[in-house]
Amino acid sequence: MRHYGRWVAAFVVLLIAASLIRSVITNDRFEWGVVGDFLFDSRVLDGLVLTLELTVCAMIAGVLIGVLLAIMRLSPNPLVSGASGFYIWLFRGTPVLVQLLFWNFIAALYPTIDLGVPFLAPDLISLNANTVITPFVVALLGLGLNEGAYMAEIVRAGVLSVPEGQTHAAQALGMSRLQTMRRIVLPQAMRVIIPPTGNETISMLKTTSLVSVIAYAELLYASQLIYSENYRTIPLLIVASIWYLVMTTILSIGQYYLERRFGRGHSRELPKTPFQRLKSVLVPGHERPTISAQRSPDSAGGGFA
Amino acid sequence: MSVTPMIEADLVCKQFGRNEVLKGVSLTVQPGEVMCIIGPSGSGKSTLLRCVNHLEQIDAGRLAVDGELVGYRQEGDKLYELRENEVAQKRADIGMVFQHFNLFGHMTALQNVCEAPVQVKRVPKKQAREVGVELLTRVGLGDKLDAYPSQLSGGQQQRVAIARALAMRPKLMLFDEPTSALDPELVGDVLKVMRELAQEGMTMLVVTHEMGFAREVADTVVFMDGGVIVEAGPPAQLLGSPREARTRDFLSRVL
Repeated sequence: MRHYGRWVAAFVVLLIAASLIRSVITNDRFEWGVVGDFLFDSRVLDGLVLTLELTVCAMIAGVLIGVLLAIMRLSPNPLVSGASGFYIWLFRGTPVLVQLLFWNFIAALYPTIDLGVPFLAPDLISLNANTVITPFVVALLGLGLNEGAYMAEIVRAGVLSVPEGQTHAAQALGMSRLQTMRRIVLPQAMRVIIPPTGNETISMLKTTSLVSVIAYAELLYASQLIYSENYRTIPLLIVASIWYLVMTTILSIGQYYLERRFGRGHSRELPKTPFQRLKSVLVPGHERPTISAQRSPDSAGGGFA
Repeated sequence: MSVTPMIEADLVCKQFGRNEVLKGVSLTVQPGEVMCIIGPSGSGKSTLLRCVNHLEQIDAGRLAVDGELVGYRQEGDKLYELRENEVAQKRADIGMVFQHFNLFGHMTALQNVCEAPVQVKRVPKKQAREVGVELLTRVGLGDKLDAYPSQLSGGQQQRVAIARALAMRPKLMLFDEPTSALDPELVGDVLKVMRELAQEGMTMLVVTHEMGFAREVADTVVFMDGGVIVEAGPPAQLLGSPREARTRDFLSRVL
């Protein structure tokens, strides 16, 4: 028999899978009924909404901070570039969980937040830290500032991927450094920046669960609150996991199409999407042209270096 | 002399680290003059061009464009380094065409041409568009307005790049080996545009390997080697009967 190794491997995999499935079904302590009861519980769904909100807000903050830091990092001014380097070093060098806790206890460090001119009028506006820094603000500060450090490196790589000649041409036309960055370099850097940003978003979605330690009722903490009342710990952790899986799956699909779109110009013929492949199997002889055959604005970037 | 020279270089020096690229280059380009610089690679031709356009700072000597020092402001006998936006302003008056075209890849031909007038000179979009269409038509690309650089041949891209530089209404055009990256059959179209430009009286400083173009269009040909000007003169004299042995040696290899 040829390929007997494959048959053995397949058999072992099936055996393990079967025993796992059997144990999941027959072990009552999974309490699948409870999972079903709580999957669409309003508290869980509220937590889900908060998780999504936090993911979006933290990513927006992260991208904005990242772009700013990347531009600062590439500045010819050593102080500006150094400040950005310090930020990245600090925020990438400490765990995000520790940062979250720090922001949570910021009121102990600064009981009031004073805004004003240093030395002249130091406390123009004075706010009570305990009222201003809500759990949402803590979560946003913790996740957004941390994400900014990672996004900075992604944006920097994107900016460096744009050929130097583009900058020279823009400068020779009399464009300022900022104009060159905004109008010429950043739009072309997007092809390199977008795909890893998708990864970061997926990763952020899961990282928001850390916020449960500061009692912000996102998906995980909402589930924890329920199981602290009814002691159905495992089923509620499964409920949270199911929702995380649903959301990361949706984001991964979005990521796949995004990468396809921004990968254009690198290879002539794009591989078929799973949907297109399914279609060509189901409807033989009905081949639709792939996107690469059509011309659109974004496909122009890859033509020259 | 009554007329201010367009370019006046006096013993210009430039070094990258320990590598001396320009070792005291002096030349004068009058308004309306076409000067071609020839010479082996690494002789400092492109660096000289980049210095004229403030893309590189010179280390010693004096370099002035249209009577104004490059990169510095003179007050009394003190020199002050120009601020970034002042440098940008000066660059806006000097057109530059690169060996590798450097068209903006995410913009159409017309957008490439309109970008700087709108962003730098604050020309109204509609007016910039009209000028852009006119310029692209002039370089023979009236039917490629909405094409992206990747859809154009090298020769077409270079002509868009020339139109892009002209859209800023420059008083001086710098060409850095504009045909070196082109397939032989595409060189002619680009040279034709440059020839027309010269005939219209544009002041041009051209680094080139096209001896035919230099002979036909240039008022002066300069031969550079090892960071210095070896010899300069009218094309017929320099290309026909060079005085220096190094010039003869170079010409015998390229002609």
